[in-house]
Amino acid sequence: MKHTLSVLVENQPGVLTRVCGLFARRGYNIESLAVGETHDPSISCITIVAGGEDLVIEQVVKQLDKLIDVIEIRDISETEYVDRELMLLKVRAEASRRGEIMQIVDIFRARIVDIGQDTLIIECTGDDGKTQAIEKSLKPFGIVELVRTGKIAMVRGLKYGDGRE
Amino acid sequence: MKLTGAEIIIKAFEHEGVDTIFGYPGGQIIPFYDKLYDSSIRHILVRHEQCAAHAADAYARATGKPGVCVSTSGPGATNLVTGIANAYMDSIPIVAITGQVPTAKIGSDAFQEADITGITLPVVKHSYLVRDVNKLAEIVRSAFHIATTGRPGPVLIDLPNDVSQATAEFAYPPPVTLRGYRVPQEANLNLVRQAARAIGEARKPVIYAGGGVISSGASETLRELAERARIPVTNTLLGKGAFPETHSLSLGMLGMHGTKYANYAVSYCDLLIAVGARFDDRITGKLDAFAPHARVIHIDIDPAEIGKNVRVHYPLVGDVQLVLKQLLQHLEAPQDQEWLSQVEQWKRENPLVYTLEDGIIKPQYIIEQIWDLTGGQGIVTTEVGQHQMWAAQYYKALSPRSFISSGGLGTMGFGLPAAIGAQAGYPDKVVFDIAGDGSLQMNSQELATAVQYNLPVKVAVINNGYLGMVRQWQELMWNHRYSQTDINVGTPDFVKLAEAYGAVGLRATRPEEVRPVLEQAIAIPKPVVIDFAVAREENVFPFVPPGAPLTKMMGG
Repeated sequence: MKHTLSVLVENQPGVLTRVCGLFARRGYNIESLAVGETHDPSISCITIVAGGEDLVIEQVVKQLDKLIDVIEIRDISETEYVDRELMLLKVRAEASRRGEIMQIVDIFRARIVDIGQDTLIIECTGDDGKTQAIEKSLKPFGIVELVRTGKIAMVRGLKYGDGRE
Repeated sequence: MKLTGAEIIIKAFEHEGVDTIFGYPGGQIIPFYDKLYDSSIRHILVRHEQCAAHAADAYARATGKPGVCVSTSGPGATNLVTGIANAYMDSIPIVAITGQVPTAKIGSDAFQEADITGITLPVVKHSYLVRDVNKLAEIVRSAFHIATTGRPGPVLIDLPNDVSQATAEFAYPPPVTLRGYRVPQEANLNLVRQAARAIGEARKPVIYAGGGVISSGASETLRELAERARIPVTNTLLGKGAFPETHSLSLGMLGMHGTKYANYAVSYCDLLIAVGARFDDRITGKLDAFAPHARVIHIDIDPAEIGKNVRVHYPLVGDVQLVLKQLLQHLEAPQDQEWLSQVEQWKRENPLVYTLEDGIIKPQYIIEQIWDLTGGQGIVTTEVGQHQMWAAQYYKALSPRSFISSGGLGTMGFGLPAAIGAQAGYPDKVVFDIAGDGSLQMNSQELATAVQYNLPVKVAVINNGYLGMVRQWQELMWNHRYSQTDINVGTPDFVKLAEAYGAVGLRATRPEEVRPVLEQAIAIPKPVVIDFAVAREENVFPFVPPGAPLTKMMGG
């Protein structure tokens, strides 16, 4: 099963290495990783998506929690949360097919952010389902390049990490 | 007052009550050694950095205070790694200071540069690369705090040359609070009540005591629990001394080379009370078949240990000493006698045995004599291998911090530097390193250290000319194919080796010489190496082959 972990860490060099090292040790691949400063510049939030047996992930979470630089960790997979990922797609787009592509982009409320000779760059923000769907819809046109930021997530309501100074 | 980085470290040591450190100088750490020259801190110069870490480790195990080791950058730092890993696996509080190339050169493959914080990442509790001298005092304070609290462990401070010479205002900071570091204290009261009830209801309970009992200083409380509830106690290798092994309720060590009765008791118990232990594979054997009838109470300060290997019914996360006290408050009626009679019967019917042979020294006999002569009042360290297991079986530890052995990592070469560390902590105690001829050769250079500081350690070499434990496995599981385990040719004359270093060398080749030569060694106020020529192919029994259930014991 896929797990989404939300990890608050000290915003210092070397912290990401410590966190990722624990995954590598257990032989688990991190499927998605996003890191950034929070509203408190001394704290970063790492969102990790990883697959693995529940017991093993639970063990990894406990080991991560032991790291001195990890302030708080939570497996939010089972909770209500909002998640987003930003994806950029470069799609093959001869002039004749651009209209069709633009319709798809509209449907997904994505945006065209660059027009080249034969290509368009599309920016799409959404959860897993949406980014997968737009990717699938645009595939027939020919995807030249695709990059994604990795998933970020936030628990709904006043729960995790809220009210932190 | 402005101090240099090196001075700040020494001042911080003084604030932390550090009076003895172990180390080896080199280019990038000279600024520290220069300031140490004017300090009253005792520095013990080892002959290989690995031994600085081992000595600091054993100093910590023997005294209960954190151990400190120092090395230079690059190879000095990498030589520490085995020692740091050893302390990590056995949860021992040490602080390691490594020199580093100047900050401007870090990452440039400078002379004697190694990324030691990177290299040690998986084997430290925490580490720091100091880039700003103004943060140094707080870092050192945090390092000692982290190393010694919670589940103890090694903390490394990498100190670039320029930082050690830069100056900063010094004021030792107040106790640190780290927002990402919480130390569990008492366990959840509700769970404590449930566990206490489970103890009251159990008909066949066993206590399984590990090193956590010792690091938490909980031996007396454990004894109170065992005696009040009449529960037999088995211990791990690191738990030796957590409960007196001569006590009528003691079952000695369990596991791969444990006593038969300990393994039976654990295999047939209906309640297993694990105290500061982590269900290592050398303890459990085949996991599915471990304590198959038991509900499990697990007391541990590290939440990550709960449920890691074995399903736990009553997780009591907290400091062993505090949790045991909580349990005692809620403890119910003592056990009935039936189970204890059964355990007694197992003890009577399956004692540890070996056969004496005319004219041939049996290793077990040497251990028994060492125990007898010291009354169990000395400190024993071991190397790793057959001699270690014989020591664990036949040296009955009476008190905490008296039996010091490399458990988790199983580091050959640990025993001699460990003896040096323990002796540095307790100059007046008799300290024995029970050694094998293979292990001793991994760090025999430390005889020089023992001689230089007149640390009168006694090295008892159980000399069989083999890498005995591997040979035993080859004999029993690999069809007698002794691939690369016969080291008889080339093994030095240990008497001459001792003498070459200025220590005393003694030898015994016949059983009747064992006791007199041990008496002689104890009487000599200098480091002594005793070469015991023993039965070459003696095996350690009982033996649970790896992956087998504990009830499938060979031999003994």
